[in-house]
This record gives sequence, structure tokens and C-alpha cells, in this order.
Amino acid sequence: MSKNTKTVMILLIAAVLIAAVPLFALRNAEFGGSDDAGSVMVEEIQGEEYEPWFTPVLENILGRELPGEVESLIFCVQTGIGVGVIAFFMGRFVERKKWMKATGVEEPAEKMSEKTEGNEV
Amino acid sequence: MTKREKILLKAAVAFAAVSAVAPVSNAMHIMEGYLPAGYCIAWGVICLPFLIAGYISLRNRIRENRRNMTLIAMAGAFIFVISSLKIPSVSGSCSHMTGTGLGAVLLGPAAVSILGLIVLIFQAVLLAHGGLTTLGANTFSMAVAGPLVSFGIYKLCGKMKVNRRVSIFLAAFLGDLFTYCVTSLQLALAYPSEAGGVAASAVKFLGVFAPTQLPLAVIEGLITVVILIGLETYAGPELRSIGFLKGSIRNEKGGR
Repeated sequence: MSKNTKTVMILLIAAVLIAAVPLFALRNAEFGGSDDAGSVMVEEIQGEEYEPWFTPVLENILGRELPGEVESLIFCVQTGIGVGVIAFFMGRFVERKKWMKATGVEEPAEKMSEKTEGNEV
Repeated sequence: MTKREKILLKAAVAFAAVSAVAPVSNAMHIMEGYLPAGYCIAWGVICLPFLIAGYISLRNRIRENRRNMTLIAMAGAFIFVISSLKIPSVSGSCSHMTGTGLGAVLLGPAAVSILGLIVLIFQAVLLAHGGLTTLGANTFSMAVAGPLVSFGIYKLCGKMKVNRRVSIFLAAFLGDLFTYCVTSLQLALAYPSEAGGVAASAVKFLGVFAPTQLPLAVIEGLITVVILIGLETYAGPELRSIGFLKGSIRNEKGGR
């Protein structure tokens, strides 16, 4: 277990470093989205400005682009939903394990009885 | 799989095969309105059989054991989190990861297509990120092609007896990269360059995406391993129930 904890720590630190280093190393970079870079490339290849033939639904309704702050809000909501679900189940799993250890109860057998091979398509 | 579902699946496959003959192209999170309508429809149709297979696979898993819901929800939530994080990269621009590797390894590639689609619709409608017209193309690259590679790599590593954590890392890493390769190809097919055609164009698009995505794919691999270590430690019964771990419960003693 402690070996696992160590591995997890190392992996997380490595992940954070990979993300953080460019931010500090490239002081002049804009860090725009690479999806936008893709559309710039489309224009380059086409040799003319590309007019998207369809505007996002929400922009149509709003009549303008989504304000940057609101966009970051929605991104946060997305992250929040995901983290919430993961944290909720992880918390349950962890507590279950603790509880079982404390009381010496084996994991419920019903989970095993229904074990069938997954049917990937 | 009931009889009707089988027929539905076959019909979708046939339909997709027919429409795939003409244009086959794609890229990750292509912007709204940036693909000609024909391509949008073609990609959508190609995704169809995968989505139907995914629906059936998810339904069977839940029918098999309702507890499988938890891991399905977690795999979906993982995609939600991972694809919402825009991370700065060495190329001086930001991009985000796909997060589909975990689901592909746990649930198989078909099931992930549904989970990925949910995230893509969320982003297309609320965030103008990706788009509804390019939904088919984006679904194919992120929720079909990437997970297929992840799943294949994981199985291959299993056969070659590679350490499980290493194989999970490779699966997530290569699946993420492949998603962007497919995106580049999709864009290139729609926008072949005048000089070198589709190939030259694909190289150009790859030149935009690849340097940005490479470090992010590494991060995705690392995070996927982290969450799987967590699941292996605490969610043994669930992992066995979906067939990810084998063996009896009694042998379990934290981790592997």
C-alpha cells in the first residue's frame, strides 16, 4: 500500500511538472487553444479566409460569442461534475474497505456470484 | 443482444460501410462549421454502429450486475474531468486530453463511444467547443478511434505480459495521440493542400496538433495509471465484476 502511495505521488508530481514547465519556460507564448490553431491551418491551406458554415447553437441564441468568463464557468461545471462523481464513489470505496477491515466482514458474496465475462463488442 | 438489436447493428454497419467508401477523413474537436456537410454526415454515419454497439454493451453490463453502474459512471466522469482541463504545452498553445483510455481499458471500446459522445455534446452545445455539425467527426476520433487503439494496446500488452501499469500508461498515451492523428487526417481529407494533396495536408495538421499533444498524452497516461491504482486498491469487487480483474475476492489484499 505504501508502495502504491509512493507511485501515485511520483506520477502526480510528474504530471504537474509536465503541465507547469512550459508555462514557466515559454514566457512569450500565448497559450491559445490548439483547436483554433487548426482552423488557422485550414485558412492557410485554403489560401483564403474560411467562413464556417454553421455557428454554434448557443452563439446563435445569444447572438454573440459566449463571454470568456461564462465559458470558464461552464468548463468548471464540467470539471466539477466529473470530480464530484469520481470523489463520491472513491470515498465510498475507501470507507467500505476501512469498515470491512475494522469489522472483519468479507466483501459481500453477491458481487462475485454474478461475475460473467464482459462482452466487449 | 436481442434479435432486433442484432438487425439494427447489422443495418448500421452496412450503412456505414457503404457511406465510408466515398470520404474517410477526421480530427479531434474540429470547430463548428469547419467541415463540409458531406463529411459531417459521413462521419456521423460511421460512428453509428459503434454507438449502437456501445449502447448494447452498456445495457448488458448494467443488466448483468447493477453495480457495474459505479464504474461506468466513474469512467464517464473521468472523461468529463480530463477533457475539461486545458493544459499548456511545449508548443506554446493549450490543448486538452481525451480521458477515454480508462473507459476503454475497463469497459471496452464500444461502451466508451457513448460516454465520449455525452461529453462531446456537452461541450458542443454549452461551450461552442467542437460543434454539433462536427459531432460525428469528433465522436469518431475521440470516442471511437482513440478508445479502439487504447483497448488494442492494452490487450496486446496483456498478451506480451507487460507490467499492467505500464500497459495502462501506453494504452492511454497512444489512444490520446491517435485521437489527434485521426483529427488531422479528418481535416486533411476535407482540406487537401493544393501542392501535395491529402498527405501533405495531414502532415501540416499533425504539425499543429502533435507537438502540443505529445506531453499532454504523457500526462493522460500518468493520470490514468493513478486512478487505476486507486481503483485496484479500493474497488476490487467492482473491477472483478466487469471482468477487469480476475480471481476470487478472498485473495485480495490491497492493490494487486
